[in-house]
Amino acid sequence: MAVGPASVARPAPVVDRRASPRRVLEREGAFSWIMLAPGVLFLLAFVAYPFFYGIYLSLQDRPVAKPGLFVGLANFINLAHDAVFWQVTRNTFLYVAVTTVFKLLGGLAMALVMNQTFRGRNLTRAFLLLPFIVPTILSTIAWMWIFDPTFSVINWTLVNTGVVAKGFSWLGNATLAMVAIIIVNTWRGIPFYGISILAGLQTISPDLYEAAAIDGASINQRFWYVTMPIIKPILIIVTMFSVIFTFADFQIVYALTHGGPANATQVFVTYAYDLGMSAGQLGMGAAAALTMLPALVLLIIGLTLYLRRE
Amino acid sequence: MVGAHRLGTRIVRLYIPLAVCMVLMLFPFYWMLITSIKPNRELYSQKVMPLIVHQPTLKHYYDLLSETNFITWTYNTLLVAVVTTVVSLILGTMMAYPLARLKFPGAAVVAIGVAATYLVPQPLLFIPMADIINRLDLGNTLTAVMLTYPTLLIPFCAWLLMGYFKSVPRELEEAARIDGASRFQAMARVVLPLCTPGLLSAGIFAFTLAQNEFLYALIFLAKSDVRTVPVGAITELIRGDVFYWGQLMAAALLGSVPVAIIYSFFVDYYVAGLTAGSVKT
Repeated sequence: MAVGPASVARPAPVVDRRASPRRVLEREGAFSWIMLAPGVLFLLAFVAYPFFYGIYLSLQDRPVAKPGLFVGLANFINLAHDAVFWQVTRNTFLYVAVTTVFKLLGGLAMALVMNQTFRGRNLTRAFLLLPFIVPTILSTIAWMWIFDPTFSVINWTLVNTGVVAKGFSWLGNATLAMVAIIIVNTWRGIPFYGISILAGLQTISPDLYEAAAIDGASINQRFWYVTMPIIKPILIIVTMFSVIFTFADFQIVYALTHGGPANATQVFVTYAYDLGMSAGQLGMGAAAALTMLPALVLLIIGLTLYLRRE
Repeated sequence: MVGAHRLGTRIVRLYIPLAVCMVLMLFPFYWMLITSIKPNRELYSQKVMPLIVHQPTLKHYYDLLSETNFITWTYNTLLVAVVTTVVSLILGTMMAYPLARLKFPGAAVVAIGVAATYLVPQPLLFIPMADIINRLDLGNTLTAVMLTYPTLLIPFCAWLLMGYFKSVPRELEEAARIDGASRFQAMARVVLPLCTPGLLSAGIFAFTLAQNEFLYALIFLAKSDVRTVPVGAITELIRGDVFYWGQLMAAALLGSVPVAIIYSFFVDYYVAGLTAGSVKT
């Protein structure tokens, strides 16, 4: 058998109109879907399926490791009749509202300070972002010690400067425990606002301020009529992202107070965790988690519409 | 006199607020550091001035490394973070590229799906997920968290990278295509290299998110030798009412080191990733 270069023996190449793998990959639609398939399948299996399975669970009486019993909306009705659930709702909204205001104001202040030129600005920015990048549980451990009933450094300072005679039991008192989780969440979130707003401030051309100054605008006027309109979209987007993630916060509350004392700092996620994981009532837990959905859907639709309009 | 006046304004408007910011933001880290090197007699005394260390000691670090599984936890945390970051970056890129640059049926639905999965928070999913992981018999394995972390990271990477991919001029890709490059080659050799900063941003951000994850790790990893640093520290250095404060602080500090090192090298990319969502769109 003659062995020679394969091409010699073959007729001149004709264009192959059938679908060879290579040709399929050149089609826009086929190429796109082949690229998308692994990610889409993964997200369907591990996000979409659990989401709908969670709705199914919420309609069951389902202790861990036992078969479920369909109970319709009984879990939701039980929650609606539970005073703790309404306390959890109030706590969550208070937590989100107060921290958002403080983070927005604090972040704006940080951004305005950082928007001046000075030596070492990039290094300072890197340090100021640390609360946001260090794993939350680990920094909350430091805060747990700061709020320790006996050895709190805040108490030590207040007592030794003569402000109060006796230190506070930060995490043992209902109001102070709420104050504590608000402080930690605000501390962790301010850099996110600050650095995002700073990035927006840096897009503002100095010419605009000069023009405004020439026209006789005061510092206040320059802030409200030049700065604000330009950074408004950033403020809105950052705030909405932050509200969504604060709403779903678990780590800070779990580590600092576990929702205590007596549910005073219990929020949706820690409550769902207690019901579903600690008490092993998967159905009740899933139902409690799902009660967050209406507010979240509204927020997400709002954010999506706003992003589209921009 | 003008100079003195300027310096005065600068002190009031820059240096004082800046110092306040720095102290408020960094005090907890200072507190972590000095608590971790205080001997117990200083830690648990209300008489000693707590703001400085009088007799520093490395005992808590020694105890942490010799008496607990901290080294295993660190290994687990890093392994999971690296694997999930790489996987999510690859799958995220594969999703973002067609969504950002190609036209095909179903594109709008997938794009909305990615945005929705990015914004729908983990707390809605953790209870059903716990049951699913149980049924898959993956409890107490690192596979459990390696499977679940990408649900948070892939949508984020895809979302961030779409913005970068859109910014590459179409002509560059078309020129490569005319020269005979396949679609895949045009992506891999033209668009991706131009988007290296975006890939770095997404990777670094995903890495810090993976290190920060707590809820899934808490639920799925109940055995000491599979735990991550945050879960190990909070479950094993607090036993009942006993808090091992020195070791807790040492663990918190050492546990933050990998993130801080990566972050310090790529801080600009991190900031770019952080602000891309809010500033670019």
